[in-house]
Amino acid sequence: MHIIVCLKQVPDARQVRLDPETHTLIRQGVESIINPYDLYALEAGLRIRDERGGKVTVLTMGPPQAEDSLREAISYGADEAALLSDRAFAGADTWATSFTLARGVEKLAPFDLILCGKQAVDGDTAQVGPGLAERLGLPYATWVRKIEAVEEDRIRVQRLMDDGYDRLEITLPALLTVVKEINEPRVPSLKGKMRAKTQKIPLYGAADLGADAGQVGLSGSYTQVMRVFAPVRRREREMLQGPVEKQVHDLWVNLKNRQLIPFDVAGSR
Amino acid sequence: MSATLLIDTDLCSGCESCVSVCPFSALSMADGKPLVNDQCTLCGACAEICPEGAIRVPEAAPAAGPDPAYRGVMIFAEQRLGRVAEVAFELLHKGRELADTLGVTLTAALLGRELDGPARELLRYGADRVYTVDDPRLEGFTDEAYGEALTQIIRSVKPEILLAGATPIGRSFIPKTATQVGTGLTADCTELEIDAEKRLLLQTRPAFGGNIMATITCPQRRPQMATVRPKVLKKGAPSDSPAGEIVPFNLDWSGISGKTRLLEIVEELSEKVRLAEADVIVAGGRGLQEAKHFSLIRELAELLGGAVGASRGAVDSGWIPYAHQVGQTGKTVAPKLYVAIGVSGAVQHLVGMQSAETIVAINSDPQAPIFDVATYGIVGDLFEVVPEMIRQLKAAGG
Ligand SMILES: Cc1cc2nc3c(=O)[nH]c(=O)nc-3n(C[C@H](O)[C@H](O)[C@H](O)COP(=O)(O)OP(=O)(O)OC[C@H]3O[C@@H](n4cnc5c(N)ncnc54)[C@H](O)[C@@H]3O)c2cc1C
Ligand SMILES: Cc1cc2nc3c(=O)[nH]c(=O)nc-3n(C[C@H](O)[C@H](O)[C@H](O)COP(=O)(O)OP(=O)(O)OC[C@H]3O[C@@H](n4cnc5c(N)ncnc54)[C@H](O)[C@@H]3O)c2cc1C
Repeated sequence: MHIIVCLKQVPDARQVRLDPETHTLIRQGVESIINPYDLYALEAGLRIRDERGGKVTVLTMGPPQAEDSLREAISYGADEAALLSDRAFAGADTWATSFTLARGVEKLAPFDLILCGKQAVDGDTAQVGPGLAERLGLPYATWVRKIEAVEEDRIRVQRLMDDGYDRLEITLPALLTVVKEINEPRVPSLKGKMRAKTQKIPLYGAADLGADAGQVGLSGSYTQVMRVFAPVRRREREMLQGPVEKQVHDLWVNLKNRQLIPFDVAGSR
Repeated sequence: MSATLLIDTDLCSGCESCVSVCPFSALSMADGKPLVNDQCTLCGACAEICPEGAIRVPEAAPAAGPDPAYRGVMIFAEQRLGRVAEVAFELLHKGRELADTLGVTLTAALLGRELDGPARELLRYGADRVYTVDDPRLEGFTDEAYGEALTQIIRSVKPEILLAGATPIGRSFIPKTATQVGTGLTADCTELEIDAEKRLLLQTRPAFGGNIMATITCPQRRPQMATVRPKVLKKGAPSDSPAGEIVPFNLDWSGISGKTRLLEIVEELSEKVRLAEADVIVAGGRGLQEAKHFSLIRELAELLGGAVGASRGAVDSGWIPYAHQVGQTGKTVAPKLYVAIGVSGAVQHLVGMQSAETIVAINSDPQAPIFDVATYGIVGDLFEVVPEMIRQLKAAGG
């Protein structure tokens, strides 16, 4: 089986903190990592390969240094990698991103399965997976929490919903986006780390993908970011004072006044 | 042609605000002026903050302009197992306002089985027309059938705006429809406004785990599509004598291959989790110290008629299943009342609950960041405070 895993390089959210005074992002010295959900996608791909044979190719679109993420994925056990990088790709929305990734996937064809993370922790849209599937004319399932069975021409999965899960059977080739319940990612192996250093990674720019400037990046995007700003924290805070019984009593009175509780809490003792 | 940030070094005063505001570490100072590297996504945060107006984001080449044949506002009305999702009513209320401002009709698209009851409800909540596709193949949700059905409805009705709930279903298949139709899509919006003159929808959404907000538009393509987070918009009052009509839509099934087959829907409602729809949530964190102390949270939640939430600290300790987790890697909730008990308020937790209307924080550490977002704060030992809360509620007849 040939499995393609799409991964995105993102700023490390664990290092992102809020400035308590200004409520803006403190991102000094924040490093780039593989989008956390994509590690689960990679692990899912590696497990299928380990069981059924074949290869896992990791694919990313990003700036030249996104190559580091591909090398890291190789250290986890990915067999091959491809980097889509070009100045012209900058500023892509999910429409242009899925277009570019689809062209990249075509370079890697034939394939049986494409795996994506549920969403990227920076853009947070969760739109690239479904968009990419549609571009390639593939059936897909999102929020996959379990792969029940993989056969030559079909896959059975569980899709996480708000109130439980759905069981689906999908004809291959297909695309899945995965949530973190799906598995526990392995750690990179020594052998993998060695290979990651030396492996050749092909680079494709817009021209290699046969894309014109009008189809990729900012100019190929339908949505436009008009404005970016820090969220307002509009809250008037009240710290309750006094002995515990009084604090609790005052709390219930306040919540009652806001019509948040139906009871009248009368006595304070 | 490549897109790069445009920096006017003559206007720049070297104040470095752009460097500190950039979410992607894409700017640094060189010789007192900002220098942009390849991490830049052209998000515009720097242009917004620059006091000198020295930074501009290059504009995409203007295309022909949107197709004027597209008029009207449509909402996708989600139903699961015959029950219309609350977010559909919220969208109708907002949709009504947008449609009135634009002077157009408000329609709804409804897919599933036996849709008469649900369709009438949508009319009562303000739809002028409800398009229904009543078919056993739409009884359960698959991206393929839903995506194709909504695409066909959009191509035929031609709305200029399409709104759907940012639910697991909406966020899954709406991107397929947007791609099929060939338009932009804004994810998980928390605010919608209209520029009436340009007929442009201003779609505001959190990104970066809630650390930044972005306002997004789709100037060239129609419809302008957005998924909208449940519970952030208000629901309207229903009318007793709705005037609208129900219009069955004829779906062409020939393009639907059936490559996705829904085998089974498994409901897993451990203690009525439905966090996303709860009006009251009582959440516990690592401050509870032991699994058995979660009974305090459950008891309080029950007395308040609410659901039980948890921090990742509590979930990772194995005290409560993941389905209860609130935050960046759990559920995003926006109840009327959120009570956080023994939760420190890490940013990854805050992004999942900070749009709650009223937040109560109970924590022994006065410096805990949860107090930054709290409406009411109690500094104290939860093992004293929570039993007292329960006692007073019970005494009041709760
Ligand atoms: C503040 C802000 C708000 C934005 N809002 C929107 C919006 O509402 N609508 C819109 O269309 N665009 C939006 N964008 C642009 C969007 O972030 C980019 O298009 C981005 O390239 C992909 O979207 P994402 O990060 O949300 O990825 P998601 O769709 O969340 O990613 C899902 C999965 O797709 C795969 N994937 C995503 N990107 C790549 C990649 N570059 N290479 C390989 N695999 C990848 C990964 O497997 C990932 O787990 C926004 C950007 C910013 C800065
Ligand atoms: C990528 C990423 C994603 C994450 N996603 C999430 C997420 O979705 N949701 C989430 O919640 N977290 C998430 N986290 C984890 C988050 O950073 C915190 O570690 C977590 O929220 C802490 O949980 P906590 O508040 O229960 O525990 P702690 O931080 O340990 O806080 C316990 C609190 O209890 C208080 N306390 C102790 N004893 C008492 C007492 N007797 N009475 C009153 N108060 C007491 C303490 O003062 C303290 O403030 C994520 C982290 C990362 C890196």
